[in-house]
Amino acid sequence: MPEKIKVATASLAGCFGCHMSLLDIDERILDLVQVVDFDRTPITDIKKVGPCDVGIIEGGVANAENVEVLREFRHHCKILVAMGACATNGGIPAMRNQFTLEECLRESYVEGMGIENPMVPNDAEIPLLLNKVRPLHEVVKVDYFLPGCPPSADAIWTFLTELIQGKPIAFPYTQIHYD
Amino acid sequence: MSDQQTITIDGREVPFTEGQTIMDAALAAEVYVPHLCHNPEFVPHGSCRLCVVKVNGRFQSACTAPAAAGQVIDNSSDEIMDMRRTLLQMLFVEGNHVCPACEKSGRCQLQALAYYTGMLSPHFTHFFPLRRIDASHPDVVLDFNRCILCELCVRASRDVDKKNVFGITGRGINAKLIVNAASGKLGDTGFSVEDKAFHVCPVGAILPKHKGFEVPIGERLYDQQPISVVGDVAAHDEENAHA
Ligand code: SF4
Ligand code: SF4
Repeated sequence: MPEKIKVATASLAGCFGCHMSLLDIDERILDLVQVVDFDRTPITDIKKVGPCDVGIIEGGVANAENVEVLREFRHHCKILVAMGACATNGGIPAMRNQFTLEECLRESYVEGMGIENPMVPNDAEIPLLLNKVRPLHEVVKVDYFLPGCPPSADAIWTFLTELIQGKPIAFPYTQIHYD
Repeated sequence: MSDQQTITIDGREVPFTEGQTIMDAALAAEVYVPHLCHNPEFVPHGSCRLCVVKVNGRFQSACTAPAAAGQVIDNSSDEIMDMRRTLLQMLFVEGNHVCPACEKSGRCQLQALAYYTGMLSPHFTHFFPLRRIDASHPDVVLDFNRCILCELCVRASRDVDKKNVFGITGRGINAKLIVNAASGKLGDTGFSVEDKAFHVCPVGAILPKHKGFEVPIGERLYDQQPISVVGDVAAHDEENAHA
């Protein structure tokens, strides 16, 4: 039996919608695990990424921890895939780029509605925010992009099956969308 | 028909008459040449460059290049499609296009062309420019984040509505859409949803208030078929307006 393909996934500044869409491949996941072994993913709960064939990342880069995880993935994965709108262009989280970090923090923790005990959190455990949210390809080299908010399960399936079979990646028209 | 003049687009003979551009001839023959700033109802503008074609080995914009007998035109090679995709990627990173949060999504020509050319990523570094939204008008919202400077609203307001509500100021990367009022606000102009200029924006920069996301995903203009089959959004907007 040929060796299984090792896949890792992570969610950075995303909403986990892309991972939900991945799970939406439903029973096809049984076919997938015939040929794929999962390393670090929110599904296995493995915390550190090891050497992998494919790394799939949901979400953009919004804080220092996102940068660290993304760089680890790039280091360990032969092929790195940006999954979804946020990973591809920053998406909804990047809408904060219209404001300064200070404005965002004040709105969230000081002046926003229904805030008790207003103060901007400041603890060494909390990853520092970047001044702008960035898509993945502005931080590391990305090999493939899978657009969509989220990409449909069918688009993810098309991508994974073509990639695993070593075919060129080509989507039917209805599987490419940005929303 | 022996003296009928023709050009050849992707191997297909297309007739033209004196004074027509390559775009005119192509549209008349139902040959799709991608475009954003072109609308057959207005004077060609030649600014978006999406209609780039190779005419006898040279790049030209189909909307401004006059058709001339015997031209051999490439409208679909990988070289041309790559160039168009690159132009689209530059348009995307120059503005703020958050399609999941945009009411035009699914019936936006910029987005539809990106699908048509197989654009999977914006490729370039995003500018994330600081732009504002003008919600001062009771019926219309103007979102500068999505304006691609096609000047269709400028042309429509000037040439058809005779109101001159819009203009473009600045050059190069500083070019931007402005509103012709002392306050700079759309609400302080005579702009109305009856205006032609309200119906021509190819993207989600000029949108009606009080109705968004009305058509379910899957049933929107470009959800099932590409823009090369469906055609421009403005043509469909006119239909809807009179429906
Ligand atoms: S104008 Fe078009 S491309 Fe821009 S955000 Fe809206 S749907 Fe997307
Ligand atoms: S608002 Fe729309 S029609 Fe006017 S220039 Fe911008 S993109 Fe073109």
